[in-house]
Amino acid sequence: MLKAMLGEAWQAMGANRMRSVLTMLGMVIGVGSVVMMMAIGQGAQYAVAQTIRSMGSNLYIVISGSTSAGGLRSGGGGGPTLTIADAEAIAELDGVSNVAPVQQGTQQLVYGANNWSSTVVGTTPPYVDARAWTIVSGYPFGDSDVRAATRVALIGQTAADNLFGNDDPLGKTIRIRQSPFVIVGVLGKKGQNLDGRDQDDTVIIPLTTAQRKVFGNPFPGSVRLIMVQANTAEAMPAVEKQMTALLRQRHRLREGQDNDFYLRNLAAAADSAAETTRVMSVLLGAIASVSLLVGGIGIMNIMLVSVTERTREIGIRMAIGTRQKDILAQFLLEALMISVAGCLVGLVLGVGGALLTNALTDMVIVISGSSILVAFGVAAGIGIFFGYYPAHRAAALDPIEALRHQ
Amino acid sequence: MVEAVIRVVGLGKSYSTAAGLFPALREVDLSIETGEFVAIMGPSGSGKSTFMNLLGCLDTPSSGDYFLVGSRVADLDRDQLAALRNRSIGFVFQGFNLLPRMTLEDNVALPLVYAGVERAQRRERARQELARVGLADYAGSLPSRISGGQQQRVAIARALVNSPRLILADEPTGNLDSHTSEEIMTLFAALNRGGISIVLVTHEPDIAAYAARQVRFRDGRIVSDLPTPAQALTAC
Repeated sequence: MLKAMLGEAWQAMGANRMRSVLTMLGMVIGVGSVVMMMAIGQGAQYAVAQTIRSMGSNLYIVISGSTSAGGLRSGGGGGPTLTIADAEAIAELDGVSNVAPVQQGTQQLVYGANNWSSTVVGTTPPYVDARAWTIVSGYPFGDSDVRAATRVALIGQTAADNLFGNDDPLGKTIRIRQSPFVIVGVLGKKGQNLDGRDQDDTVIIPLTTAQRKVFGNPFPGSVRLIMVQANTAEAMPAVEKQMTALLRQRHRLREGQDNDFYLRNLAAAADSAAETTRVMSVLLGAIASVSLLVGGIGIMNIMLVSVTERTREIGIRMAIGTRQKDILAQFLLEALMISVAGCLVGLVLGVGGALLTNALTDMVIVISGSSILVAFGVAAGIGIFFGYYPAHRAAALDPIEALRHQ
Repeated sequence: MVEAVIRVVGLGKSYSTAAGLFPALREVDLSIETGEFVAIMGPSGSGKSTFMNLLGCLDTPSSGDYFLVGSRVADLDRDQLAALRNRSIGFVFQGFNLLPRMTLEDNVALPLVYAGVERAQRRERARQELARVGLADYAGSLPSRISGGQQQRVAIARALVNSPRLILADEPTGNLDSHTSEEIMTLFAALNRGGISIVLVTHEPDIAAYAARQVRFRDGRIVSDLPTPAQALTAC
């Protein structure tokens, strides 16, 4: 019986080809735009997730407090409140995987006749892991380099390109503040961070070397900031609490006294960026859904017209023994057929449109099976939802009235 | 004694109108035995259409009882009524009422779809019935391609396809010329001789003359119920 009904639904669609196609068009546009918008929205989410991953995950930055001299207050990091010993103590806490004290600043790099201004980061080996840096050639420096204050450096792609051009930087010597540094490793490419700064324009050197040869340090043993990485995102709140307590204790701060350091949660910044793109993609989807709704209403409209036109046919069918639920099923099937056919065409157009967008712009798109399934499910749902009322009207017709209908 | 195909006891039907309750049918008693050919006659407004709708299970009575092949129709719900119409009654209408987008074969096979018959068997039986009414060659045509008389034959084939006990024909010759009417009535007479009970509504005496029994309605009541005079019967 279902086969016969499908055949009849197909026939009914074919009998009014123009009308069926126009009705379908609503679904085509609706599904097409939902698929395309979801592809673009998910692409944006993916791009942000990539950027966040490149910054390193579950990171805290502890910045030393400010100082004031003659009424002039420095910003965060101005005071010598954080020490390397603090960093070592934090490393002992539960849930902490990497701790790296950091002294960084902008310096002029010189190689032969070339020079380039870049961010110089003085730190310890865990920094490379915490920031999820990869080493594409050479090797990272070790703890012994930090202890001995050797003059070795890891160089980022942007800095390397500007100093060495096409030459291999490995083993070459650059100068920072007159001190020669041997490039022992080249860092993998990361791209921009969430602020839009180029993360690859950097040089990483041992902390001790940085403090003695590059930045100078009036307060031995102190650092401006400490980078702390938690094991997992779940461990972060606990780590934050322990860390604050530990530092307050170590700095001998009394109850009620302000912290002499600042804690910045990089994950929070990443979360807000991810949330922004998520909201954006939901909004895009919502706007596109409106056209799906309009498409559904179009189907209902046409099905109502069709029921009216075919009232007499419905009467004949009832007279020869069609049950009400068969009439209902017949009209539902027709509505479903139109919406599913429209959905298929819409899928093709939506995916095509998304691919075209990807080809013409550098926008990242993600076409997931789940978004296609959702579009399909929604289309079927719309067919049933908007087809039900007309189908119900058809099934509820009085057979005598229907037979008399001209 | 075999159960009567139709047994009607004190059947009444009223419609509510702006002027109040209008009784279209009052206290009708009638029995039609298996194999009978009955003509229902009467002027318009006499209640004969209302009666036919009730006989066809398309409408429910306001009072009284209707037994179709032994089942009390008032006890059945809409789905059961549909099944009863599908299996026990063949309808033939004045306006033929074929589905215009379907081939003749599909039209004839339609009741079988709702009876749950397999496709191959549907085709075979539809072709058989088309052959019985002399239209086997037109199985693949659309209703608009054939004449009114031929359309009515297809409608009769459709009425017969599920082997019903009863055929209800509502003015089946009303839209046909006298020659074609004669052909259709000859077909009905032949079917009746084959054992099918036929109830025919008409207001033309020469059409009613094909039936063996004539029941006249006036103002919602049966006013006469007589066998057709002998010399009229010999006309066929």
